[in-house]
Amino acid sequence: MKPPKQNLISRIGHSVIDSIWIMGVATRFLMQVLWRSGTSWRRFGLIIREIYASGVLSLVIIIVSGLFVGMVLGLQGYQTLQTYGSEQALGVLVALSLVRELGPVVAALLFASRAGSAITAEIGLMKTTEQLKAMEMMAVDPIARVIAPRFWGGVISMPLLAAIFSIVGVFGGYLVGVVLIGVDEGSFWSQMQAAVDVREDVLNGVIKSVVFGFTITAIALFEGFDAMPTAEGISRATTRTVVTSSLAILALDFILTAFMFRGV
Amino acid sequence: MERATLDFWVGLFVVAGLAALLGLALKVGNMSSFATTQSYEVKADFNNIGGLKIRAPVKSAGVVVGRVSDIHFDNKTFEAIVTLKLDSRYRFPKDTSAAIMTSGLLGEQYLALDAGGDDKNLAGGDTIKITQSAVVLESLISQFLYNKASDSPKADSAPAAASTSGVPSHE
Repeated sequence: MKPPKQNLISRIGHSVIDSIWIMGVATRFLMQVLWRSGTSWRRFGLIIREIYASGVLSLVIIIVSGLFVGMVLGLQGYQTLQTYGSEQALGVLVALSLVRELGPVVAALLFASRAGSAITAEIGLMKTTEQLKAMEMMAVDPIARVIAPRFWGGVISMPLLAAIFSIVGVFGGYLVGVVLIGVDEGSFWSQMQAAVDVREDVLNGVIKSVVFGFTITAIALFEGFDAMPTAEGISRATTRTVVTSSLAILALDFILTAFMFRGV
Repeated sequence: MERATLDFWVGLFVVAGLAALLGLALKVGNMSSFATTQSYEVKADFNNIGGLKIRAPVKSAGVVVGRVSDIHFDNKTFEAIVTLKLDSRYRFPKDTSAAIMTSGLLGEQYLALDAGGDDKNLAGGDTIKITQSAVVLESLISQFLYNKASDSPKADSAPAAASTSGVPSHE
């Protein structure tokens, strides 16, 4: 639906109206998913299948990257803290940066590229091969049967993955800091425990990862559902999922951080 | 994939995720921050609290016995009112004194309680009477310089007195 000839002003107006329209469609889509997810909660097997697809299959990349991020934090943090003679604070540095920021954010970025792209491609192909339409013909609601279980699978998986990422990262920092370099083990853990607050740090990290899981899965599902039903359309939709959700994660992370940690 | 295998892996994943959360709460964070234990609140007025923050530890003899739960400014007395949340396991005499200390040279500030000798104990809502404000580095330095300045005539006379008995001076 492209009008033949336009001047600059009407092109700007066109793109603004288009983007607002897309936002409206996406919101209505999300509302419908939430509204019709009753079936998937009653048939919990559907959600379990999707937790397997987006959660269990992402475990390897999450654990490996968490370990390496933690180990790099241990090395770099030690280098910096050593110059101030406070290398005992390494545990605090590793734990706080993982629990507050890196755990939720990096796990969400990995989740978007590993699970989000897979969801978009799957739904896009279903749309292209008219499987969704076929379901409607059989009076099966594709949103309730296909979309909603994937949505809840992603929302459940994401915080668990972020928590696993953080704990593996802390273990990686421990490996490098205490086992390899030889920071005192007692002060590593005790200073960490004194500085990390369960409600302020851990719970806020969990809230972040729930928000990210919600966002990523919603974007991935909408892009798949909205994809042009061609091979090229699927590839574009997959790319858009990764780009849009990564940007959304970073922007949301800033907003959430500004609200959560503005200093007592 | 077979349903049983699927269930097993998802179950394992969920258990591992919850265990990670629990580990973060217990091993990385410290769950025992008086969330469940009984506590009572005591107030203390300070002229200057320095860099004391909410949730700063309250220590007595070096042991954490509570946390600072609220800090606000009194518009009538122009003093800072600090509310302390103390663990009910610990009871202090009524004439306990409170002081704001710094852990280490440049560390965080905490509130130190020094027990007095009164028979009665502090109860919830009481106010600690004897307080000692935070040491502000600038006023400490200026006081030091002031003392130095007032000391300087003496400092001049001391070598002069020494010189009379020893080597002749240029005076």
